[in-house]
Amino acid sequence: MSLLRAKIQDVFNEPGCEKNRGKDAKARKEGCSKPLTPGAAAGGCAFDGAKIVLQPITDVAHLIHAPLACEGNSWDNRGAASSGPTLWRTSFTTDLTELDVVMGQGERKLFKAIREIKEAYGPPAIFVYPTCVTALIGDDIEAVCKRAAEKFGLAVVPVNAPGFVGSKNLGNKLAGEALLEHVIGTVEPDDAGPYDINILGEFNLSGEFWLVKPLLDRLGIRVRACIPGDARYFDIACAHRARAAMIVCSTALINLARKMDERWGIPFFEGSFYGITDTSEALRQISQLLVKKGADPEILGRTEALIAEEEAIAWKKLAAYRPRLEGKRVLLNTGGVKSWSVVHALMEIGIEIVGTSVKKSTVEDKQRIKQILKDDNHMFEQMTPRELYAMLSEHKADIMLSGGRTQFIALKAKTPWLDINQERQHPYAGYDGMVELVRQIDIAIHNPIWCRVREPAPWDCQPAVREELPRTKSETAALHVVQEFAGTTAGDFGEC
Amino acid sequence: MVRILPQTKAAAVNPLKSSQPLGAALAFLGVDGAMPLFHGSQGCTSFALVLFVRHFKEAIPLQTTAMDEVATILGGADHLEEAILNLKARTKPTLIGVCTTALVETRGEDCAGDIANIRLKRTDELAGTEVVLANTPDFDGAIEEGWAKAVTAMIERITRPGEQARQSKKIVILPGWNLTVADIEHLREMVESFGLKPVILPDVSGSLDGTVPDRWITTTYGGTSVEDIRELGTAEQCIVVGEHMRRPAELLQRLTGVPYVLFRSLTGLRDADRFVSLLSAVSGAAAPAGVRRRRAQLQDALLDGHFHFGGKKIAIAAEPDQLYQLASFFIGMGSEIAAAVTTAAMSKILEEVPAQSVQIGDLGDLEALGAGADLLVTHSHGRQAAQRLGIPLMRVGFPIFDRLGAQHKLTILYQGTRDLIFEVANIFEANGHAPTPEALDPLRKREMPDELRPSPLARH
Repeated sequence: MSLLRAKIQDVFNEPGCEKNRGKDAKARKEGCSKPLTPGAAAGGCAFDGAKIVLQPITDVAHLIHAPLACEGNSWDNRGAASSGPTLWRTSFTTDLTELDVVMGQGERKLFKAIREIKEAYGPPAIFVYPTCVTALIGDDIEAVCKRAAEKFGLAVVPVNAPGFVGSKNLGNKLAGEALLEHVIGTVEPDDAGPYDINILGEFNLSGEFWLVKPLLDRLGIRVRACIPGDARYFDIACAHRARAAMIVCSTALINLARKMDERWGIPFFEGSFYGITDTSEALRQISQLLVKKGADPEILGRTEALIAEEEAIAWKKLAAYRPRLEGKRVLLNTGGVKSWSVVHALMEIGIEIVGTSVKKSTVEDKQRIKQILKDDNHMFEQMTPRELYAMLSEHKADIMLSGGRTQFIALKAKTPWLDINQERQHPYAGYDGMVELVRQIDIAIHNPIWCRVREPAPWDCQPAVREELPRTKSETAALHVVQEFAGTTAGDFGEC
Repeated sequence: MVRILPQTKAAAVNPLKSSQPLGAALAFLGVDGAMPLFHGSQGCTSFALVLFVRHFKEAIPLQTTAMDEVATILGGADHLEEAILNLKARTKPTLIGVCTTALVETRGEDCAGDIANIRLKRTDELAGTEVVLANTPDFDGAIEEGWAKAVTAMIERITRPGEQARQSKKIVILPGWNLTVADIEHLREMVESFGLKPVILPDVSGSLDGTVPDRWITTTYGGTSVEDIRELGTAEQCIVVGEHMRRPAELLQRLTGVPYVLFRSLTGLRDADRFVSLLSAVSGAAAPAGVRRRRAQLQDALLDGHFHFGGKKIAIAAEPDQLYQLASFFIGMGSEIAAAVTTAAMSKILEEVPAQSVQIGDLGDLEALGAGADLLVTHSHGRQAAQRLGIPLMRVGFPIFDRLGAQHKLTILYQGTRDLIFEVANIFEANGHAPTPEALDPLRKREMPDELRPSPLARH
């Protein structure tokens, strides 16, 4: 545990993170996550965070050493996509029982479990995750993993991030540490080349990295390892021979990027594949870093040509949505919009941003938002569900873009909603992804159900008709009422 | 006599279970104005919450005591108190249902003592809110046990004890967790059609039926009222569905003298008949015309549907009572049970499951034992096994996250049994294979003994 303590302190000290640098030594020690309020907390634990980062490695067996809930309630729940192996979607857990806990059989059970997985599935590696209970009862996971690795001749990687040590974000970082300590650099590739890069913090949700990879392929750039999206164990083991790296989700794996730079001299930059200008900027920076590390500078020209070509196509596609979306009001409610170029692209086609959450944004982010929105009234730290519900039910926005957590606030307020977080169904990366995002906004806003679902039941609020019906004695009059009634309905449909 | 095979693997492969506290939380969600609270680290709550949301497609009230490293070492009583007070102040629930997790139970915390202290110390602040505790460590049991423990805890804490004047028309129903929203609604209508007044605990049909309220509410809206739980003792009769609900029923009887009748299952013609007979006896009323009509429809469904069931091999993985319910249904339709897998060995109902053996295990076991079956029956996580084996999957139980409307599927009494027959028959219709000369070749068939079916070991 003391080792884990040291590791946690280490990840709290992050020279690669500007926000972290801004703190004094004491504040830094406390870490980046705010203390949780019992009874008013939300979000996953450190184990959750570690598993999120590592689980998309597709050919690895992920073994959770814990009582049932940690894995049983959470497996096969993420939308990362694999182009090959499916083992990562098979769930393994030691499912500790009361007897195991009381009798101290945890370590033995874990060792046996590793043997069973090795024999039945023969994976290149097994990742072992202890959680609260197994950390609490003092199972020596590292020792069991080491012994199992020797005995069975495969990589057995301990991922030490029990839930109670902190938040999801801390777990993300501890996962990066596990890769550094046990995986990256353990295999020497025989095909290292000048155009090899790593992409860090890209999860390939809904397969969206496949919207970007062909662009890199066309430039002759090889993705040595995309960590973790659609990764293979071997690729990650060889990742230290890449020439440059791009970090996509910086909060999750910045420590990994920085330490790979320190250890193996792999320079990195922070970028994003969301939005048109950001995608272009990312491609540009990748090429520039590679040239700096010795690649032929002619790649810069080819990159610019590709960018120009792709941007033109994307803007043209987006322009087609302007007549349908101009003046529509979007409420952005996500932890921190990582890519301001998404906002930029939305505004470019006439969409208005009526609010954005800045809870997780840095000071610099806020400056940028102010510049873009030209009105800081639209920025809010955090809205309670009730406030959010009130805003939406008063129709102050035409659509909310957010994560699953606030989905039902929008839906119950009968407001269109689009998932832009990890559970989303559509790929939004790259040039095509931006077009897809706008297309989905269009589809969501213009769905005919919105006018239907907002109308009260006609038999609840048509006293006129109710009063009139009994009075219409003659057949012709009754027929007239029915016709009129039918007519209204048809007319209503026409309005939508 | 069914053989119950214990789990021998060290690594559970593709868990069948959802955790015990999740089951308890589900029961608390069937109470009006309730807020379930997990006493553990925030991940325990987050995982359960996400799973609930994926199943019900609803905002689910569920909170955490957010145990951190310090609390894990020094004890979580302060976190529990802070959480309860925060919830009370922020959401004003009528009931806070505390579910313990493996973390605090491994520490050996005296949560009952802690809560008693909190109630004592904070009497004024907590006025109007019941705090109920269910001890539900994750390393024990599954949804079934958690659900039953929460119901037991609510009766123990809230129901007024002692013999009371009985209202002759009032019936208490304690449904098992495997009854859907639609089942509960149907049950209520059925009981009311005999002129009886049902009180159902828990009643998820009021809270998890997917309505659109006109304001934002942070607790459950709908479900059994705390007042109704307090007054359970004034009922004439208690009806219990599922063996796992025997304990709360016995407690209610012990506390208040209300007698209970236990139905292991309400699916199938015979059990539906027994249920209707009971209602008729209690109310003194004859079965209404509508009920007769539903029964006749089920008879017809049995006649039309049985062609699809006869000789079919069914592999089921479910919690004990649901396993019994489904296995009995399929056996009653002329199918055979090729594999029966369940979560825990404790339930007495397992001895009654009409199968050669019941494996305590996971979906890995279902996949191994179910190779060669005609139909897999389990929750949504069975989708990978179904795909690998090339066998259709019928989704039952919890979680069902890749189909809409799981909570609105009717599975009990005449109408639910009828619907189940149609659902299964339609799955077989949709997955039928056209005859080919190769498959029918008498000489070739002779060379195809059973061993040539996909081996249980050949996974992936």
